[in-house]
This record gives sequence, C-alpha cells and structure tokens, in this order.
Amino acid sequence: MKKKFNSIIKNIRSNILNLTFKAKSSHIGSCLSIVEILVALYSGVLKKKDRFILSKGHAALALYSILYEKKFISLKTLKSFGSNGTILMNHVSSKVNGVEFSTGSLGHGLPLAVGKAIKFKTNNQSNKVFVLMSDGEINEGTTWESLLFASHHKLDNLNIIIDYNKIQSMDFVKKVMNIEPLKSKFQSFGCNVYSINGHSVDEIINFLKKKSLNKPKVLIANTIKGKGVSFMENNNLWHYKNPNQVELSRALKEIEKKYA
Amino acid sequence: MRKIFIKELTRLNKKKKNIYLVVNDLGYNVVEPFSNNYPKRFLNAGVSEQNMMGMSAGIASEQSHTFVYSIANFSTFRCAEQIRNDIDYHNLPVTIVSVGSGLGYGNLGYSHHALQDYALMRSFPNMLIFSPGNNNELINSLDYIIKNPQPSYLRLDKDEIPQGGDEKKTLVRPGKLLQIIKGSKTNAIIITGKTQEIAKNMIKGKYKNYSLYSLPAWGMKTKKIFFDSVKKFTNIVTVEDHFLDGGFGSWVNEALINYKNNILVKNKYISAKCIYDVGSKDYLLKKYGPK
Repeated sequence: MKKKFNSIIKNIRSNILNLTFKAKSSHIGSCLSIVEILVALYSGVLKKKDRFILSKGHAALALYSILYEKKFISLKTLKSFGSNGTILMNHVSSKVNGVEFSTGSLGHGLPLAVGKAIKFKTNNQSNKVFVLMSDGEINEGTTWESLLFASHHKLDNLNIIIDYNKIQSMDFVKKVMNIEPLKSKFQSFGCNVYSINGHSVDEIINFLKKKSLNKPKVLIANTIKGKGVSFMENNNLWHYKNPNQVELSRALKEIEKKYA
Repeated sequence: MRKIFIKELTRLNKKKKNIYLVVNDLGYNVVEPFSNNYPKRFLNAGVSEQNMMGMSAGIASEQSHTFVYSIANFSTFRCAEQIRNDIDYHNLPVTIVSVGSGLGYGNLGYSHHALQDYALMRSFPNMLIFSPGNNNELINSLDYIIKNPQPSYLRLDKDEIPQGGDEKKTLVRPGKLLQIIKGSKTNAIIITGKTQEIAKNMIKGKYKNYSLYSLPAWGMKTKKIFFDSVKKFTNIVTVEDHFLDGGFGSWVNEALINYKNNILVKNKYISAKCIYDVGSKDYLLKKYGPK
C-alpha cells in the first residue's frame, strides 16, 4: 500500500540529489537525514503564527526543497541553487521566502529560538517555536546555555528537534565527542525528552503535537545520515562529496523504487 | 551615565512598550527603575553571553527592540559571532549597551578595560556606534536609536556626569559633528565618547585656539557624511580612550584617505600595549592615555 507521504518524500530527496549534483555542493547526507522531520513539520504541525528555525543551516537544500513543495518558492527559484547571484545560499538564508532566519554557523539557532519563545511567553502570545538542530551542535556551549535559560523560564512553547544521525563532520559522533547519555542530559537540564524514529512522519507529528507543560520539549529524532540511498547511508564521505553522473542515476533509481 | 541611561530607557518604554532590557547578571542598583516597572520585559540571561546575544536577536525579530546591557568585552568579544550573524546580518533592532568605556574600570584590570570594542563593532556594516560624551548626547542618542531601530552600539562612561553638556545644541545624527568649543575655523579637535576633559586640556596647552567638536554617532556607512562636515578643516586632531588600531582615529583616517583633501591629521589614543598594572581611571589615563 502506498504510504501517505511517499510522494513528497520522493520529490524532496530527488531534488536534493539533482541539485547537489548540479551545483557540485556538499552536505547531501545531512539533507537526506531530515526529510521526514521537515515533512512532519510542514504537514499540519506548523501553524501560520508559529516559527521554525533550521539551526543546521548546511541542510539548506532540504528546506528549500520542501518550501518549493509547499509553494513558498517557485521551481525557477529552487533550480537557481548553485548558480551565480542566487539568494539560495548553501547555508540557509532568510532572504528566501518562508525561511525564518539565516544560519550556517552551528549553535546559533537555539539561542535565537529561545529569544522568540521568551518574547511570545512574556507577551502572552500563543505562537510556538520549533528548532531543528544537528547532533554536532550538541558540542556547542550555546546549546547548554540556552537550555538552562529555556528550562528556568519554563518555555513550554519551545520545541527542539535533534537530528541524531550519529555522524558529525569528521567522524561518528561517539568517536569525535561522545554525547551520550543524551536523553538524560536533556532531562537533567529540565526538558521533556522523547527518543523517536526520525524517519516516521506519523511518529514525528505525534510527538511534535504532544503538550509539554512548563518544560521545553526535546525530540531526539533517531535518523540515518544519507537516508534513502544505500551507498550514502551512514557514510560521512557524503557530508562532503557530490555525486557523479553514475552515482546520481543510481541514487535516483533507488529513491524512485523506495518511495514509489 | 548608566543611571541616566536606565532612567531614559524606562521613560521611553512608557510610550513604546516594545523594549526589552537584557543583562548578563549585572547591573545591581542600576537597572531597577526598568526592572521594577517592566518585570516581564527585563531578562537576566545569567552569565552566558552567547545565548544572551542570540536570544536578544530572537526577541528583536518579533517586533521588539532589545537593549543588552553589560560591561564592554562581555557583550562584544565574547559573543562576536552572534552580533555578526544574528544581529547585524539580519539588521535587527538590538542595541548593545556597554558601560565602562576605555579605562573606566581602572582597578578591575585589563579584562574589564574597553580598548578594542570600537574595532569589533565598526567592522559590522549595519552597526551604528553611539559614544556620547555627556548626558545631553546620551539622551539624544537614545532618542535617535528608538526612532531609528537598527543594530547599534551604545558606549557609556561608568561615572555619572552631573552636567548635561557644553554644546549649544545637541542633535545627534550619524556622522555629524557637534560643536563644543568655538575656536579656529581651520583647526579642530574631534572627539568621541567621554574624552572632553582631555581635549579641553589640550586646547589649554599645545592646541591653542583649536575648535572642539564631538562625534557621538558613527559607523561604517557614515564616512562620507563625516567627510563632508570636516573638509573645511586643514588640521584635525582626534582623541579617543581606545587603541588607535581599529579605533576612532583610524576610522577618521580611513574616512579622509578615500576623498581628495589636504587635511593634516594627528591621532591621540591609548598606548599600544596590554596593561598589566592597575589604578584609578585618572592614574591609568595619565600613564597610558592620549598624549
């Protein structure tokens, strides 16, 4: 039976592959791991008044691709990725319609989200704030500074999603800088924490909609870097490399078959 | 100047109602007029300046004006990238207020001396620097900042100054000079910040008959306006409580070098060295200050 979100997931993954190839850009693995998270956010979770910040700005192409699917930007704009003079930077840019904030340097999204959340809270506004971070950003001091503040001020309008694909830039997270036990770290900072399947759109939606009284919510989304393309999965080569023509054709075929 | 600043900010918020004041666990016995009146819009971010600055950008991005109050190095160098990427790049109305300009915190040592803050803040294209030399300039600067919300840096002297100011008319505008002492039409001392006393002593000595002008508001985009208001001079002396490198004098030199002129410039500044001894502000200024 065809799954509800297969079509949009297929389109986004295909666009990520095609445009990374065309632009000879990088971070393909980081883009592929967050596709279901973005689909969940943009399929009924995010309301017009809510805010979403992509803190792992290097996965810009995944966000641009869903913004195209959701009609924030045109196909022409999306296809300008990688061309001279485009506003579609390889790190996400707020000049693009639908993008809340430009990021690119890690550890900036959460403090920003905390600022929006405290503004809404102190101004009696019901807007929610969502921020998607990489597991590499767990290394950043700002992550823990922000969590202290968010927890102290009971920012239950703040939803933090960790793309836990377990590979950071140079190697596996556990080899570069062990962050485990991650769940209890967040719990000890006063958050409601859920460890979920980051490739199940329904599960992500379910947990994103869960109420979190008096505490910020953290979803540890267990994902696979390079998800959807067998030879890209769990391989940090694809943090950097762009596919050649043969690799692209093979990858697209796999995506076509998997999300038919 | 900090008490005047808080008093004015509190007054302005009565009308504006969109001002947030954020501190990094300092401002005891200073910030209370604001925090008592607007407890929801006063936030102590704790001793965590990077989160404080990123968060202030977040608040400002939601139809607010954030004032971040701290001691210079903590709210500039400690969180420089947040200022660069979050505030300046997004052109957000965040005003970074630093107290203890120059050697103001003399006895507290080099960690608390503000000698390089201009260098950092004037490297951001959207940032306007406000360095008032007296209370009139401060009040007028704040008025401008509130009416023209954008990234800005407000640099304050630690000490309270009893008088308003000597200038005839205070109207702070970016790149525009304010006359403090009328003298020679061709020779001028140009200062920024609380350096008037040093400049006045210079006029009593080696620089007799020089006019004295203050430039309380300047930045990367205001060099042409500044040049137009100084091209009538033949001799300019700049005075600052900051290193020359990246400082006000260098900014003036850069503003002049790009346009055709025959103006001779001399820069007076804090000696180019790290300071390893302490003392009162006056002691340190005498030892390391503009000569």
